[in-house]
Formats: sequence, structure tokens, C-alpha cells
Amino acid sequence: MSETTTPGSAPADVPVADSTKPLAIEPKGRTGAARILGSRDAITIYALLAFLVFAAIAIPRFASPVTTGFLLLDVIPVLLIAMPMTLIIVTGEIDLSVASIAGLTSALMGVLWAGGLDIWLVMALCLLAGIGAGMFNGFLIAVLGLPSLAVTIGTLALFRGLALVVIGDNAVANFPKPLTAFFTSKLGATGIPTVMVGVVLIVLFFGILLHFTPFGRGLYAMGYSKEAANFVGINVARSKFWLYLASGAVSALAGIYWTLRYTSARSDNASGLELAVIAAVLLGGVSIFGGKGTIPGVVAGVLLIGCLNYALRLGRVSDVVLITVTGLLLIFSVVAPSIGSAVREWQHVRRVRRSFSQGTSTDKVH
Amino acid sequence: MQQERNEIPEPGSAYGEPLLSLAGAAKTFGPVVALADGTVEIRAGEIHALVGENGAGKSTLVKILAGLHHPDSGDFRLSGEPVHFKNVAESKAAGISVIYQEPTLFPDLTVAENIFIGRQPKGRSRLISRTQMRRQAAELFQRLGVPIDPSRVAEGLSIADQQIIEIAKAISLDAKVLVMDEPTAALSGVEVDRLFAVARSLRDKGTGILFISHRFDEVFDLCDRITVMRDGRYIATHRTADVTVAHIVREMVGRDIGTLFPKAEAEIGHTVLKVDRLSRSGVFRDISFEVRSGGIVALAGLVGAGRTEVARAVFGIDAYDSGQIQVEGKPFKARDPQAAIAAGLGFVPEDRRKQGLVMNLSVARNVTLTLRNKFVTAGLINGGKERAAAEEWSKRLQVKAGSQEHAVSTLSGGNQQKVVLAKWLATDPKLLIIDEPTRGIDVGTKSEVHRLISDLAGRGIAILMISSELPEVLGMADRVLVMREGRITAQFDRADANPESVMHAATSPAGVME
Repeated sequence: MSETTTPGSAPADVPVADSTKPLAIEPKGRTGAARILGSRDAITIYALLAFLVFAAIAIPRFASPVTTGFLLLDVIPVLLIAMPMTLIIVTGEIDLSVASIAGLTSALMGVLWAGGLDIWLVMALCLLAGIGAGMFNGFLIAVLGLPSLAVTIGTLALFRGLALVVIGDNAVANFPKPLTAFFTSKLGATGIPTVMVGVVLIVLFFGILLHFTPFGRGLYAMGYSKEAANFVGINVARSKFWLYLASGAVSALAGIYWTLRYTSARSDNASGLELAVIAAVLLGGVSIFGGKGTIPGVVAGVLLIGCLNYALRLGRVSDVVLITVTGLLLIFSVVAPSIGSAVREWQHVRRVRRSFSQGTSTDKVH
Repeated sequence: MQQERNEIPEPGSAYGEPLLSLAGAAKTFGPVVALADGTVEIRAGEIHALVGENGAGKSTLVKILAGLHHPDSGDFRLSGEPVHFKNVAESKAAGISVIYQEPTLFPDLTVAENIFIGRQPKGRSRLISRTQMRRQAAELFQRLGVPIDPSRVAEGLSIADQQIIEIAKAISLDAKVLVMDEPTAALSGVEVDRLFAVARSLRDKGTGILFISHRFDEVFDLCDRITVMRDGRYIATHRTADVTVAHIVREMVGRDIGTLFPKAEAEIGHTVLKVDRLSRSGVFRDISFEVRSGGIVALAGLVGAGRTEVARAVFGIDAYDSGQIQVEGKPFKARDPQAAIAAGLGFVPEDRRKQGLVMNLSVARNVTLTLRNKFVTAGLINGGKERAAAEEWSKRLQVKAGSQEHAVSTLSGGNQQKVVLAKWLATDPKLLIIDEPTRGIDVGTKSEVHRLISDLAGRGIAILMISSELPEVLGMADRVLVMREGRITAQFDRADANPESVMHAATSPAGVME
């Protein structure tokens, strides 16, 4: 932190070297690297790595291809939905209806397959249904301007209810064997599920969208201040609409995955998943107030919760403890940034005080 | 302290002892001096006007009286006793009530409940007695001679009625001093008359009233004495009968302007922006003007005159009902900032923190936010080009930041404003709208921002500037348009504009001037 005092303590070079300074490797490299290494999402990544090392040593059977396989298979639905959720929370909104959309597509899949349609057509229709559900959310939130929390609490109940209407208390299980086998198959001896290839592509897509496109830049601006975004010509409503559409589509993919992985289409599939997703996203360093967060951080958050759960289960710890641990982690992830910013505030005050004694001469130069 | 109070001219013997006196009160916020010498004396049974330009320190003075701000120094006495208010409740308890331009009543509570909020009369059962509350409220309204039903809910009441309710509340609190901060700004003629009748009857019963207004006709009609402030300082107190409007205006604006705001001569070129009979119902009407390349057009007027609203409509943030906007002869889509930007407009908004910048993003990201679509190869942002552009523009505007990667929230106000300017200049605009260019910027950096704006005009950019600071308007603008209550009431060329004429057009109804 102390290197950031450089601008204050170097009065002579400011007017002359204003242009060269940002180009000089030293200050920029240091502040840049320090910023990335000390950021909120990097901390989640460290936590994940530390936990992996600890688990590999301390927990028997953890470091094995079997573990990798089951862990990833378990984590895929959360990981998928966490992608659009990250973008939505970065804009300062939320989508609580994701698990219900997954449930609805699962129910639809069962009924359509039982009705004798071709499985590829069934999956395409399910994806469309998810997109439709997302557009419904998007219409209410982006076009009508209703609060996303209220809207998606409503559609959380609505879509789950529709799932029950579609399939009732039945379950459909006789999906084509080759397909369900494919969904649990592994890449050779690594233990990595084959479907991870698709999941990684989706993660990359959202990562690039958020971090390397003009659209993504706009989302951060929106999350901090919708007005400021508006003033630079970002179409806030349209951006939000697309995000909810994407959220619906990815939730549908998660629903399809869930159905084929467990070979069971039921109305209550994936229920409660939205909370696991939001917990992972927040743990990954995304601010619930919007404007902050990265995809790498969220991926680490998802994997960290997944690993913890899996490790505890290996240790035959009951589900109650699992839920408690998840809850505590979530609270910690929300509290941590406040503690962090309090520390930074304190450091800033100290730095300003210190540079004050040297800085008075600096001001006269300008 | 005695001597300081003697500096105020002694008015006629008709006035009583000073109820409230504030002498030499100062208040600073960081480097910004909001009030350097706040001095005012209110006597029992007088209506005392406080006048001054925007930013003269009136609001800060009112907030000190209300107990919202604690003065850094100065002498504050009530009935001769020194007082130090820690909060609003203490000020209220001491007998000072403040009525704001837009009262904030609880909309779902009844009128009577609003008056007695927090100190409801209790019945025998120690529960709130609604009957007693209603009766007391009705008595208050009878004393004021205003028919308002105490049992109706506050929602839907006119602002005038809400103010009367605030006054009733003040009376029920036994207020000795009533401060009214621009109470007539949102009132119609009849409502103003009623408010004045109430104010006069309170005065006759011995209440001291401090009346803040920009409307000289009202000040001269209602008030017994006038205190003038300028640049956070007390200037003078006069008996209304002894002075003229022209004299007060001179005292409000008297300042050496030319030296502070150097506008370089620029060649005025072709018409860039043409606004023709732009109207939006209830906000502004028949607004027509042109801005030429190299020229600075200033929209002057009081806060709330509709200047920002016009600029927002031009830039496509808000809609307009009728009229036309053209940039270099071509119209563009209304209500679409993207279209406005594409047409060559840029907008530096008045609220930097909420509208101008994304405070937690880095300097570089903020500078390039307007250029999001310019550094794109195959759909992806080219980070190198983006950084290079950010660096170039920060350098050109001499933004003083430790690093391009620091969040803009860590910069000073002046440097933040430069970042906002940089992000628009990077779009190579034909016209730049700048709303309150130097608000919240310390004096040293102010002239730097002015030089920058003058420089831009010199390079052929057309500039539409909104400013509530008269010296800024007069020093910078080639042409001054004065707005009042949603209309352009006067236009001046640089040579003809002077503080008195602009202030008059901004404050007085047409015709009062001569």
C-alpha cells in the first residue's frame, strides 16, 4: 500500500513527466498487480486453492478422478446459472426465478418426451420455453420498470406452479440411454465430465461478454449509477432485457442438464437452487449493490462452495451442517468487503495525513 | 461581540429587541468555504428578507439557524443568550422553525397527525387522543384564517397548503422565529397572497420572520428590512423603505468580473445547434436558440428556471412535446442519448458523482466509457488502444491522478470534472453542453476549468453552458440567454450583458425592470 504514496511524494516530476509516468512500468505495474492480487475476487481464488491443498492432504479419497467427476457434475447447474446471474447482479438487479425456470423446463421435457416427440426437438422447445420465461421477466423489469426483486419472487412461484401444472406429481424417467450416459460420461481417465466442455464454453462466453466487450463495460456503469450510464448513451432497458433473456436460456440449459443427469423429469427439480447460485456469486466477490464483480471470482466462489460441500459429505457430515456452512460463508462474503473497505479507509486517512506534511510543497508546483 | 452587532444600521424605533442574532458565522466543508461571514439580526415583529445570488451562502446560514450545521466560528444568540445547537430538535425547542420550499409531510398521515407528530396530545388512558389532536389543529387553522380539514390525509395537498401546515406546526411549537426558505417559488398568485397574509398576522403578534426569496417584488412588498449577502459574506442591512431594487441588485453582484474569467477571442463560425420552439408541458415553453461553432452560449437564471431540463431534452435524456432540434442542419432522434452522441453532442452533467462519472471505476475506464464502441476488434475491446486513448486524454487535460487505474472517487473535484470533460472530448464532439462547470470545485481549479472551456471554444467546438454563477456567465459567454419559469425572458450579447440586467431578467416578471 505504501507505494501509492509515490505521486504525492514526488513533486518535481509531476508537471514534466505527466505523460511518461503512466507508461513507465514501475508505478503502473505495481499498482495494477497489487490491485488484482489484493482484490476481493482474488481472495476467493486463494481460499479455493488453499482449501483444495488442505483437502487433498487431509481428506482421504478427495484427490481422485472420482471426486473430480462427481464434484463437477454436482456443481454444473450452479456454475451455469451463476454466469448470467453475475451479470445481472453487476447491474444491481437480481433474478430469483432461475431455479423455477429450470424446474419448468425439466417438467416440460418430461411431458414432451412422454408425448413422443424427438428428443432433440424436445430440448430445443425447452430452451425456447426458458428464453420465453426470461423474456417475461425482462419485459416486466426492463420495459415496465418494475423492481426485479418483486418481479422474480413472483415468477419464482409462477414458473414453479406452471411446472406442477405441466407434469403434475408424475416423473418421467425413460430418456434415451445413450443420451443420459453421455451426460454422466467422463473425458478418459481424468474424471472430468464430458459436458464440462460445453460448460467451459458458456463460462468463457459470459466472461468475455462481461470483461472484454462494450456491452460488459456498460453493465458496470449501470450497476453503479443508471443515470451516469444513461448520460453516456447506454441503453439501460435494452441491456437488462437481454440479461434476463440470457438468464432464462441458461436456466433452461441447467434444467435440461439436471433432467438428463438424474434421468428424471419432475416438477420440483432444482428447487432452492437460486439461493445456492446467489450465495456462490456473492462469495465470488460480486457486490449485491451492483457495479463490482468478475467472472473468475464467481467461478472460484462456485467451486469453493462445491468443494466444501463435497468434502463435508465425504466426512459424513450431515446436510444440516452443509446448509449452515453455506449460510455462514454467505454472511462472511457480504461482511468481508465492509471490513476490507474499513481497513482501506483507515489506510487512506493515514496516507493522506502522511502526504500532507510532504504534499504542501507539491501543490505549489501545479 | 457588542461592536459587531452595532455595525448593523440601527433601524427605526418601531422595532423591538433582537430576537435572534448571528454575527460572523463561518462554515467550511473541506476546502470549500460555504459561509465566511454569516450575519443577520431578526427582531420580534419584523419580516426580514435575506437576499443574494445562488451560492451566496443563504442556505448554509439557514441550516445553521435550523441546527443542521454547526458554525466553525461566530456568535449566535437567541434573545441575547448565546446558543449552540447540536441538532434540529434543539433549534426547534429553542423556538426556531424553518419552512422549506418543498415541505416534507408524511403523505399517509392526516393533517392533524402531521402537525403533532412526535408530541401527540394524550388522553386520560395515556393513549393518543385523536379528538383533542383534531380540535387543537382546527384551532390553529382558525387562528391562521385558513380552511384546511385536520382529518384529511396529507397526500394530494397543494404545496401552498403543505406550507401552511408547516407554519401551523411551527406556531403549535411556540416558534419565536420563523424562517421561510424560498416559500413562494412553487406558489401561484393567490396562494402567495394568502401566505403573505398569514406572515403579516404572525408578525403583528410578535413573531420574527426571516424571508428568503429571489423575487424582489415580493421582498419589497412584504419585508421590513433586507440583508444582502454575497460570496458567503454579509454585505449590508437596509430598511426596505430606504433602498431601491437597483441598489440591492448592485450589492448582490458587485464584483470585479473581467479579471477572473478570461474568455479568449474565438472565431464564431457556422450554426452547430439550432433549437426551435422546444416545449415540454409544465417544464419549459417555446425555447429557441442557436449555438455557433467557437461560441459559448450561457443559459443563466435561477435554480429551477428550467435550464437543465432544456439541456436534458436536447441531449435526449428526457422527452419533449414539440419543437425541433438540429445539429448542423440535421435533426436526430428524440429521447435517445445515443442518437445525440452520434449527432456530435456531449453532455457534462451538473451532478458529477451520480451522472457524470462511475465513481468506483478507474480513471481510464471512465474516460473511455463514451468510446466503448470505438476500440472494438471482432466484437472485443482492444485494451491497448483503450488505455492509450485514456492516457492521451488525461494528459491533454492534465488530470492529476496517481495512476490511470485509480478509481475516480479518489480524485479531487476539479480533476473529476476534467475526467468528465476528457471523456466527452475524446468523442470529438461538435457541441458540448456543460451544466454548472465549476460546481463544488475549489477556486484555484475553477479558473483552470474556465481556461479549458475557453480553449475548446477556440478550437471550434460550440459550447452551451448552464451556470448559476453570474460572474462565470458574464465572463465566459458570447451570448447570454436568461431563463425564468421555463421561458427565455431575455437575451444579451457579450457587450450588453451586465450583472444587473441579467439578475433582473432572472428574478423579476417582465416589465418590472424600468
